[in-house]
Amino acid sequence: MFLYRNQNKNKCRDMDTILLQLLNGLDKGGAYALIALGLTLVFGTLGVVNFAHGALFMLGAFCAVSFNKLLTLSKKVKDESITFFDAYKEQPYLEIWLGDTGTTIIDWSVPLSILIAIPVMLLIGLAMERGLIRHFYKRSHAEQILFTFGLAIVLQEIVKSVFGANPIPTPAPDIVSGSANLGAALGLGDNLVYPWWRLIYLMFSAVIIAGVFAFLKLTTFGMVVRAGIHDKETVGLLGINIERRFTIVFGLAAVVSGLAGVMYVPVLPPDYHLGMDFLVLSFVVVVVGGMGSLEGAVAAGFLLGILQSFCSLNEIKAIIPGIDQIIIYLVAVVILLVKPRGLMGKKGVMED
Amino acid sequence: MMNKPKEMNELLLILIFSAVVLTMPIWLSPLGAAYPDLLQKFAIFGVFAIGYNILFGLTGYLSFGHAAFLGVGSYTAVWSFKLLSMNVLPAVMFSVVLAGLFAAVIGFVSLRRSGIYFSILTLAFAQMSYNLAYSVLTPITNGETGLQLAKEDPRILDSAVVDGLPSTNFFGIELQGFSGFYFCAAFLILGFIIALRIFRSPFGLKLRAIKTNQTRMRYTGFSTRPYLLTAFVISGMYAGLAGALMACTDPLAGAERMQWTASGEVVLMTILGGVGTLFGPLLGVGIIKYFENIFSAINEQALHAIFDFLPTWLEEFMVLITHPFVGEGWHLTLGLLFMLTVAFLPGGVMEGIDYIKKKMSSKDTDETEGTSTTKTAEEGSSS
Amino acid sequence: MTAVLKVEGVNKSFGGLKALNDLNLSVEEGTVHAIIGPNGAGKSTMLNVCIGQLVPDTGSVQFHGENITGKEPYQINQAGISRVFQTPAIFSELTILQNIMVPALAHRDGNFKFNAFKAMGREKELEEEAMRYLEEVSLADAAHDLAASMSRGNKRRLELAMCLIQHPRLLLLDEPTAGMARHDTNRTIDTLKKIKEGGMTKVIIEHDMHVVFSVADRISVLAQGHIIAEGTPDEIRGNPKVQEAYLGGAEI
Repeated sequence: MFLYRNQNKNKCRDMDTILLQLLNGLDKGGAYALIALGLTLVFGTLGVVNFAHGALFMLGAFCAVSFNKLLTLSKKVKDESITFFDAYKEQPYLEIWLGDTGTTIIDWSVPLSILIAIPVMLLIGLAMERGLIRHFYKRSHAEQILFTFGLAIVLQEIVKSVFGANPIPTPAPDIVSGSANLGAALGLGDNLVYPWWRLIYLMFSAVIIAGVFAFLKLTTFGMVVRAGIHDKETVGLLGINIERRFTIVFGLAAVVSGLAGVMYVPVLPPDYHLGMDFLVLSFVVVVVGGMGSLEGAVAAGFLLGILQSFCSLNEIKAIIPGIDQIIIYLVAVVILLVKPRGLMGKKGVMED
Repeated sequence: MMNKPKEMNELLLILIFSAVVLTMPIWLSPLGAAYPDLLQKFAIFGVFAIGYNILFGLTGYLSFGHAAFLGVGSYTAVWSFKLLSMNVLPAVMFSVVLAGLFAAVIGFVSLRRSGIYFSILTLAFAQMSYNLAYSVLTPITNGETGLQLAKEDPRILDSAVVDGLPSTNFFGIELQGFSGFYFCAAFLILGFIIALRIFRSPFGLKLRAIKTNQTRMRYTGFSTRPYLLTAFVISGMYAGLAGALMACTDPLAGAERMQWTASGEVVLMTILGGVGTLFGPLLGVGIIKYFENIFSAINEQALHAIFDFLPTWLEEFMVLITHPFVGEGWHLTLGLLFMLTVAFLPGGVMEGIDYIKKKMSSKDTDETEGTSTTKTAEEGSSS
Repeated sequence: MTAVLKVEGVNKSFGGLKALNDLNLSVEEGTVHAIIGPNGAGKSTMLNVCIGQLVPDTGSVQFHGENITGKEPYQINQAGISRVFQTPAIFSELTILQNIMVPALAHRDGNFKFNAFKAMGREKELEEEAMRYLEEVSLADAAHDLAASMSRGNKRRLELAMCLIQHPRLLLLDEPTAGMARHDTNRTIDTLKKIKEGGMTKVIIEHDMHVVFSVADRISVLAQGHIIAEGTPDEIRGNPKVQEAYLGGAEI
């Protein structure tokens, strides 16, 4: 990196900054990669351009929010700590029934909601594909885009009418809400600290990505799906019911981006237009990676995440003002023009 | 055999259209929509949609970047008010030219690809413009606050006029209320005439041919990209004009006008009315802006009033199920409308009208029509 | 006689597959030159190279002495080469008349003209010419029908008319009668003969030997991307090499 030119005593701090930005980029990239993974999976197999994919991410986030709300359903109890007058406070039923265990459960509500989000997102995904998307396989891409765009609006408006327009903060478990002193752990001094939760997010996305790849590469089901990405007709000719598998793929994509949303809640309090904000980004990621390429989506997700966080460095912003705001789109435009199939796109997928 | 479709005489069409537009304050008053604010919206979004239709309707290229051109138009117009004069004419001219230039640059790059890649490219450019307008371009756009007039603006041509904030004018006529509407309506009519000419010209036919088979066009001796770019720039100029008109009737400009979802709105209007048809987009604008106006004004009390005639339990029930769709929930209705239109009526309201028309006429001429079609089919296969 | 089209030493590979192997071909002015050969011999690839759809790896294509290798398809068309595709390439969402007006406009306006303010209704001359060409392929009665509603045979005839209205100096036909019923084939042969009298140079790829021997002046036999024989129909009919390579010794 050119920051190394700075050969003075700040060298160590620069090193920290770079590591910090790298981490920043990686966990942002983790979210991009997860959303893009589902998006490109749906592209590659079903051939559908799904503008409602961002909404799935948003729905996942609101799974966590509503699970937390459910757990903290409270009743007014007399506050014993105040003795001068009758004061009341809200106490969750869970605490009343289970005591300290209840408190712990509430504290861990975000990771726990993964358990809820998996079946819920799967159901949403299956219902969406069977009920709506299926009818658009044979329509033009423009019509798919427009229909799913409408669907995205509907989903976000429903969420808005239930949860209101403001972001809803939901904390991470107490034990990981602080920051990790990475500097000390790596022997680089105490300057390098990083929020625990974001490290967890990074790990989490790595695990999910690995899981998806394992599922697609090691199972028979996955092999058929990958074959379907390359040559739908041949797979159909083999007498394999590819459509049923597509439904499951869509469900899987919904779960993946839903989980990405669940775990993102402590990073960014979700509001109803979270999905639209991430949609364009994830499309850009998919395009940069190459339409229908799973590896490409993951690689591009992390790459763009890191690129974006390095461009937010003040040193770089001083050279090109505003670059952090547009770098991702700029990269996408350049890639689309010079390497139309993206970094890892294969021939024949979504060609026009 | 189908007879030659009758095309209405151009002059007659323009006269009727102008009459309908200019008498809107009269015939819309029974519908409760004849106040200037809404009428201005009809005209401004009409211009936007007509222009968008020239690109999307004729060539089939789905752009999500047109809100950016609208934004450029608005900013340019406000700057013209601030620096030059409160007269709207220079503002409109600068806006159209600048939006056109902007569209030429974005179009030149985006049109190197087609299909969904084109859409994503325009999406990326729209997001870039929006993000920049919010961040580093703050000196030009005034960021989140939006660009507004100020007392100390230089306005080199007519600075000495008033105390307090001046209002926009057209050579002395203040563009408030109905005069604002008529000003916008004049541009709507002009925009319609130009679109009409394009639709019925050889140029328009070539654009349509590109939509149905671009590869064939290349082997037929056409360089298709200049055609697409021209259509893109023209529709960008319309968007710039719409943006300028917004600023003329209300002299401020904000970055939220440039967000890509704002482009989604014009797509919806175009589709709902009937993409690729001359009147469809205008119909779409009318329907959406009219119902937006009505629906978003309805609150719970109004709903109770509407369902007052029902027994109480049914009234409560009706209010309960309709409430999410009105007021704040207007966007939900909009989204549903969008989905339903694309799913069941891809040709929009115009397709619906055509269908009904065909049904009606086939009732009259059922017998003869039926036999003549089969005959053509036979001729076709045996000749 | 001068050569209208000259293909010189053209090679074209797809991956490891050599589709065209040192292809040389010369088409004389005013002749109907048929290209025959087994499936996969490279016939369509050759046409694709001629119209700029594909750029050859090596070699050149010359048209009336001008090198057109690597030019854009629209430039090659404007230079005077039109092609009828194997699967009808028409504008299915336009009416039949509009379909033929588009190439007529290309012939008159060139590759780009911004005539956005001229009414289509004023193009009377062009429309009359278009109708004449539609007459010729018996589609005039259906001129205002949507092209999508036509039978496949009619689509092919429409495409032929679309090429003819451009007054091409060279017409390339890729299996103009494939998938046609017998009587349609005969009609097409008649049309082809009629334009032959007009002196237009044509290259025709055809499987139907009946068609080939009724219209062709010269025949080239293509096998494995290379011309293995060339001559008049009679010469080709008697050439044992051809019978072996292509016809498997069958009587033609």
